[in-house]
Formats: sequence, structure tokens, C-alpha cells
Amino acid sequence: MNLSNYLVLAAVLFTIGATTVLLRRNAIVVFMGIELMLNATNLAFVTFARIHGDLTGQVMAFFVMVVAAAEVVIGLAIIVAIFRTRRSASVDDVNLLKS
Amino acid sequence: MTPAFVAPEIPWAHLLPVAIVLVAGVVGVLVEAFAPQRLRRAIQLTIALLATAGAVVAVAALWAGVRDTGGTVVLGGSMIIDGPALVLQGVLALLGLVSLLVIADRTESGEDAFAPSASAVPGSDYEELARRKGLAQTEVFPLVLFALGGMMIFPAAGDLLTLFVALEVLSLPLYLLSGMARRRRLLSQEASMKYFLLGAFASAFFLFGTALLYGFAGSVRLADIAAATSTVVGMDALLLAGVLLLMVGLLFKVGAVPFHSWTPDVYQGAPTPITGFMAACTKIAAFGAILRIVYVVVPPLEWDVMPLLWAIAVLTMVVGTVVAIVQTDIKRMLAYSSIAHAGFVLVGVVALTSSGISSVLFYLLAYGLSTIGAFAIVSLVREVNAGPGGAVVAEATHVSQWSGLGQRHPVLAASFALFLLSFAGIPLTAGFTGKFAVFSAAVEGGLTWLAVVGVVVSAAAVFFYARIIVLMFFTDPAGTAGETTTVVRSEGFTTVAIALGVIGTILLGVLPSPVLDLLADAAKLIP
Repeated sequence: MNLSNYLVLAAVLFTIGATTVLLRRNAIVVFMGIELMLNATNLAFVTFARIHGDLTGQVMAFFVMVVAAAEVVIGLAIIVAIFRTRRSASVDDVNLLKS
Repeated sequence: MTPAFVAPEIPWAHLLPVAIVLVAGVVGVLVEAFAPQRLRRAIQLTIALLATAGAVVAVAALWAGVRDTGGTVVLGGSMIIDGPALVLQGVLALLGLVSLLVIADRTESGEDAFAPSASAVPGSDYEELARRKGLAQTEVFPLVLFALGGMMIFPAAGDLLTLFVALEVLSLPLYLLSGMARRRRLLSQEASMKYFLLGAFASAFFLFGTALLYGFAGSVRLADIAAATSTVVGMDALLLAGVLLLMVGLLFKVGAVPFHSWTPDVYQGAPTPITGFMAACTKIAAFGAILRIVYVVVPPLEWDVMPLLWAIAVLTMVVGTVVAIVQTDIKRMLAYSSIAHAGFVLVGVVALTSSGISSVLFYLLAYGLSTIGAFAIVSLVREVNAGPGGAVVAEATHVSQWSGLGQRHPVLAASFALFLLSFAGIPLTAGFTGKFAVFSAAVEGGLTWLAVVGVVVSAAAVFFYARIIVLMFFTDPAGTAGETTTVVRSEGFTTVAIALGVIGTILLGVLPSPVLDLLADAAKLIP
């Protein structure tokens, strides 16, 4: 199978993730969109590593997983703190800061 | 047969500035776990101040060697300790030290800028209990140190993996810190969430750009990518898309238009000492990385990427300045002013000359000192509850509350006026020297029109800085019966930080040549 198919899949997943971030209103779902973008990137890394016959891309993917895990910890902490305050995780409800 | 393991050679001396800060952060976490509650703040503060001071000393010790040799590639190319990287590490450590003074400061009643327990629901009984017991969230110090460590790696990163990890190491603690304000906690939590979601979104773009560049060059090392631009043919789209996505991630961090929308909200909602820290230090670190990428990777793409950067520089200067004029909140005004400054620094970056590098380094130092000082002053000016003996509460951030401040607290108001004049670029302040340096670098780089736009915009910017100064000194306070705004008395750390800012701003304005000469020596990036 042609390796560039994986790259197309990675780009499609990345776009779906970005669209989710822009269109969905629930902070958790927005956050899932970001995770999807990171994992799409991982797929691109691993595919490029296969194309180049080089391990750097696979190592990058591991680093990205660790960073994504750290990001989940921080992100959920922030979202839960807001949810406990407002009983809502909608990004539309957080609108006190306006010019 | 498996090859014998060869231990990598790690030149610890060159990593010392970063290592000191990160190790101190780890020690800080251990202190949280093992030291008794009442001692923690003193221990944490001592560790943090010693670590940042130690990092400044380590940078100074490395300086002569790097100036003579031009720099060293360490850790197999992951980090590059050259002139600009070392200068920025020194500046970051110094400004980190000054920020820590503001962060550590408490009012006379022992209240710092942070929630007694960041996990407590705002307005709950538990929060009230934590406040009465005098709890303090001393985790702030290790978090600041981790963020500072990431920032110090950022301008020295020689490959995109290190750059990405450093980006996250500096961002994640800042997301948390912006949600920990003692007062106006809803705003603070909201700022934290916006910063987190948008920051993670931007770093995903950064990462995808990294993946595309890796696909293009087969390596994530900046030097290899730069070399591949001339050898690999037929994949220009991959290279261009990669560089642009990478720049989106970095320009987000400096708050350049059109990636600036988070800046005013986060700067307004975050605890003021943290706002000062991230306004100064994040921007410095991110510009360090932008410098390296623009000067090492971009030159073969000059005619594809530079026009975009020119447009972003112009937009950033104009939007930052125009929107700052209509702000009524002092923190938002400073936020838009910092956006405008990002535009001025970009003018120096796009010059693509060696004086461009040194002018950017100087501008960042001048801007950082004034910014931390200005936010330190904002953190001292507070509202007073109505009625006799009213309690001092949150910061008086509405511009109208600052009217007449100069008559009641002349020294403080004069310091703020000095910082504003420096932002505006009035001669004999650091800001003037910085603006002069970046604009002359742009002229030297053949971008006279960009320098002219910059001069026009900074002339317009004088208007809103002058408006605040007039308000402080020549307007009577609104509702004269019973003061509604006061300057809170503190333990004195903030005063020291403001004094350092004032001295630095004046010195860099009156006697800039020693520093400029020093930076001219340092303005050589090695790939």
C-alpha cells in the first residue's frame, strides 16, 4: 500500500481535530479535538519515519505521547476547576473577560 | 554483533544555567512534600532566588568562552549555546529573578497574589477556611522555575524536538499559574482555560509543522533542514507549509496579530505578578526561537516567507496600538501595548542582518525590564471598600481609578510614568534605544518602509501612554470624598523589583553603549 495514504489520513484527522476545536462548545470535546490533532501528527511522524527509514520520527511520536499525557493532566485540572465553579464546561459560558 | 555502547559526552558546564533552574524546580517539589508548612515559603523563596541568581552567574561565567569561540553545539546538536542563546538565557534568568521578587511579595496582612488553595471553589466555605488558616500555595515557586527552565532552553534549542518539549515545559506551568489569582478568581480561571485551550491548539499546529519539516528533510535538526533546502528538490510545498505552521505556533506565543486574541484576556485574568512574568519572559524566549528559525531555516525561502512576516509585523504594530487606545482596563491596555511591542521586535527580526539580531536582543531586555516593573506597580494599586476603614481588596484596574495617583503617591506614579515613557520610546529611556536599534536595523536590511511604519505607529502610541500619565498627575481623583484607590503596603520585594526596573530603564536609555557593544559581539547564530 502506498505510504502517502497514511499521510493523507493524518492530514484528514488533523483537519477534523482542528474543526472540532473551532466548532464544538464543550471544553472537554474541544480538548479531545486537540488530542486528535496531536495523534494525527504522530501518525504523520511515524509514516515519515518509515519513508525515510529513520528512527527520529518514531522517537518524536513517543515524546508527543508523553507531552500529550502531561497536557491532559493540566487541561482536565483546569476544566474541572471551572466546572466545579460554574456547573458548566461550555466555552461559551466563560465570557466575563471582554474588551 | 551489537556495537559497544558509547556513552554520550555531555558538556555540563554549557548546560549549567538551564540545569540550575530545572534542578531547583525539582528540589522545590520535594520541599513541598517534606518541609513543614510554615517553613515552606521561606525555603522555596530562597531556593528560587538562589537558582535564578546562580543561573545569571553561570551565564556570565560562560560568556567569555562563547564570545571567543562563537558558541558550542552540545548534546549532539539538541542545544546550541551561541551568543544570542546565552544572552537570552542571561536576560531570562535576570528577569525571572526580578519577577520572582514580585511573585513572592505579600501585603502587610500576609496575603500574596495567589489563591490560598487553588483547587477550592471560589466563594466556598473551604476557600474561606483556607484563607483564615493562612494557607499559601507555595507550589507557585517550583512552577515558575519550571516555566523559566523551559524558556531558557527555548532560544538554545537546536532541533525541533527540543523546541517542542521546551515549548510545553514553559507553557504548562503558565496555564496553571494564570488560574491561581487570589482575587477575581472567576476571571482568573477563565483566563487559564482560554490560555490552555488556545495554547494547546497552537502547539498542535507547531507540532504538525515539525512533522512536515521532518518529512521534508528526514531530520528535525535545524541545521539539517537548512541544508536540505538546497539539496531536496520537488518538495517545496512540504517545506513551506512546515515552516508556516511552525511560525504559527511561535507567533502565537509572542502574541502577534492575528494570533493575539488570547493575550488581553489572559493578561487581564492572570494574577498580576504572573502577567508580568509571562509578558516579559515568554515573549523573550519565543523571540529567541523565532530568531533562530528565521535566520537559520528561512533564508532560502526568503521570498515566500518574509512578505508574510512583514505583513504580520505591520498588522501587529497597528492593531496593538489602535486597540490599546480604546481600553479602559489598565491590564488590558498593557496587554495590547505588549502586542504592539511584539510587532516592533518583529521589525528587527525581519531585517535579516546581524544588527537585526543584536537590536532584537536589546529591545527584549529593555521591554522586559519595563514590563515587569509596570505590572509590579499595577499589583500594588488596590481598590478600597466603601465606608470608613474599608478593607483593601482587589487591584484597581479600571483606568479611571488611577486618576490623581500622582498627587498622592508621586514616586510610584513617577516610576509608572517612566515605564510608560519607555514603552512609548521617549529619548533617554531604554525603550527609545531599543526602538532606534530595531528601526535602524530594518533600514540597514533594506526595509525602510517598514521602519517608517514603525515610527508612525510608535508616534501614535505615545497618545495612550501620555493619556495615562496626564490622568495620574493632572486629573483630580473621581469622587474625592473617601479615597477609593490606595497603594497597598507590602513586604518590600515589589519595591525592590520596581527599583531595579527603574534603574535598568534609565541606564539602558542614558548609557546604552556598553550593552549594545556587548550584544553586537554576541549577534552570531551558529546553525
